[in-house]
Amino acid sequence: MSATTAESSELSASAAIPPPRRSRVLPIVMLAVGLVFAVLPFVDLPLPGVFTGPLSSPGTLQILAIGLVFAGVAMSYDLLLGYTGLLSLGHALYFALGLYGTNLLMIHFELSYVVAVPIALLITLVVALLLGSVAMRVRGVAFAMVTLAFAEAFHVFVEADPARISGGEEGLSLAGAQVPDLLTGVVNTRWVYWLALTFALLSFVVCHQAVSSRAGRVWQAIRENEDRVELLGLIPFQFKLLSFGLSAVVAAGGGAVYLLLVRGATPGSASAVFTLNLIIMVVLGGLGRLWGAALGGLVFGYLQLRLPGVARSGVFDPLPAWLEGPLTEPLFILGALFVILVMFAPGGLASLPERLGLLRRGSR
Amino acid sequence: MSLQVFVLLTVTGLGLAGVYFLIASGLSLIFGLMDVLNLAHGLFFTVGSYATWWVMTRFGFIDSLALRFAVAVIVAAAFGLAVGWITERFFVRRFYGDHVTQILITLGLSLSGVALIGGWFSYDPQTFPLPELFRRVVLIAGARIPVSRLLILAISVVLLAALLTFLRRTRHGLIIRAGVENREMVQAMGIDVAKSFTLVFAIGGLLAAIGGVLGAVFFAGVTPEFGLNVLVFAFIVVVIGGLGSVEGTALSAVLVGLTQQYVNFFAGAGIGDLTVVILLAATLLLRPQGLLGEVAR
Repeated sequence: MSATTAESSELSASAAIPPPRRSRVLPIVMLAVGLVFAVLPFVDLPLPGVFTGPLSSPGTLQILAIGLVFAGVAMSYDLLLGYTGLLSLGHALYFALGLYGTNLLMIHFELSYVVAVPIALLITLVVALLLGSVAMRVRGVAFAMVTLAFAEAFHVFVEADPARISGGEEGLSLAGAQVPDLLTGVVNTRWVYWLALTFALLSFVVCHQAVSSRAGRVWQAIRENEDRVELLGLIPFQFKLLSFGLSAVVAAGGGAVYLLLVRGATPGSASAVFTLNLIIMVVLGGLGRLWGAALGGLVFGYLQLRLPGVARSGVFDPLPAWLEGPLTEPLFILGALFVILVMFAPGGLASLPERLGLLRRGSR
Repeated sequence: MSLQVFVLLTVTGLGLAGVYFLIASGLSLIFGLMDVLNLAHGLFFTVGSYATWWVMTRFGFIDSLALRFAVAVIVAAAFGLAVGWITERFFVRRFYGDHVTQILITLGLSLSGVALIGGWFSYDPQTFPLPELFRRVVLIAGARIPVSRLLILAISVVLLAALLTFLRRTRHGLIIRAGVENREMVQAMGIDVAKSFTLVFAIGGLLAAIGGVLGAVFFAGVTPEFGLNVLVFAFIVVVIGGLGSVEGTALSAVLVGLTQQYVNFFAGAGIGDLTVVILLAATLLLRPQGLLGEVAR
């Protein structure tokens, strides 16, 4: 779409997205990667510089687990932006609904974690379908603004806390008594880590199945040309809503796992900044490639948690103050990296092997 | 409710509306002309508010605080103009026709720009001295109204008038208005619309930066992330007003600012912000093109 013919404000991300290709190798590779991640808690290997403790230490597993949750949520976001072409700026809302919803159900109804999570996911689905159908009254950029507004309303609601239930700015700490013993306490970090890994793999399976299904084909057609899909006799609205609802539920699942990892729910998880971070993860990794989004989530989680530590270790001390300040900000480095990638490598990290000519012969 | 409270809330709400209008009008014009959702607009706002803080605290050689504030407005406007121009010229321009990449670029600029300011000046809220005049109150219908509120209102109204005059009475304004209406037709007549693209970004940056100055006065301080918060409400204002319509933006800014103030006061903090979002949902269901918008986007 060139500037001269772009009459409507529809979004087209096709420039950066690879053509659809049914990969049989990908699920096998992802499972193999999953197996490697699964045995990490048994590996006592120290990786100085990369992590502060050995791989099996709770601190390292915590960082990896958060990266895995981000990877799973990023894949759900890729479903929307990368596959359906819907630029939602409100995905944080659904992550936060899983996070707050699960915790509130455990606190107020004394449900066990195992019961609270499915109910929270169901609530998220209903909310997503409702808000999604209102937001889909408009397309493209206006849709982005409206989803942002809805998410921000929730953010303001939990932060201002007029009903005195969400703990305001402080947030809510985890209702520990309702959680199975295996998933609480620092000694059991490896179990929470495995839960995060399970979530990431499940998210991959669900998203992969969804995008290779018939509905998934229609999503990709909508991304390319929504009017044409309508002309073919399909109703884009239904398919878009399906994509919206599914990705919201997966994101809420991520929120429920994140709750155990950070042992609480804070308003920051519902903020626009979290959605923007998700976009960074997906685009950093590569739009329209699930493994790219997963990689982006992992890298983002790792950098965000490790960069402040690196900065404190004094590596940047010799630098002048005007340079040292920004370099200790993870978001400055990630944001700058993001701008550079968008400008010079639109396919993200996932496109780099092809870009460098490494995969050209291997993949057909 | 007493009349005094009502008057105070109204003036405060209108002041807030002024801040919203300044950031939303540029956003609306940029979108109307170029179909670009400029997420860096919050950064323009933050640049303006930090320019104010910088001048007010570091320009000690200017003794009069009122004079220093006048300098701050000019410096903020210049910074806003420059940042807007740079954003269009070096980042957005490279990707015409590719809306997603344009949004992503402005998003990356916004996040890294805010982190840059946070890294330089810390994320803690900063305060600065205001001219003595601002803290005085005047009596209007028995209500004690701070002069700063009236000043915010006055500056916003003057800028609204200036923007409308520019759009209606100058050749550049004519091209921008025509471009919002039908860009292809303007191009077909042999007019270089791309020049107007840079111009609206620069104007948008200038207005948002002055919005940042007024926002810093209104909220009595600056933080790096504040621009993003205001940007969310600016989005709501733009959608309710109708994308691309400056008059619609002004009208909807007043509607949103007043609603937020009244409801937040009477129903509790946070409820007003929720009401504004409900207002947005209602607008979308009943009139998706916005109050004064021409077509649904």
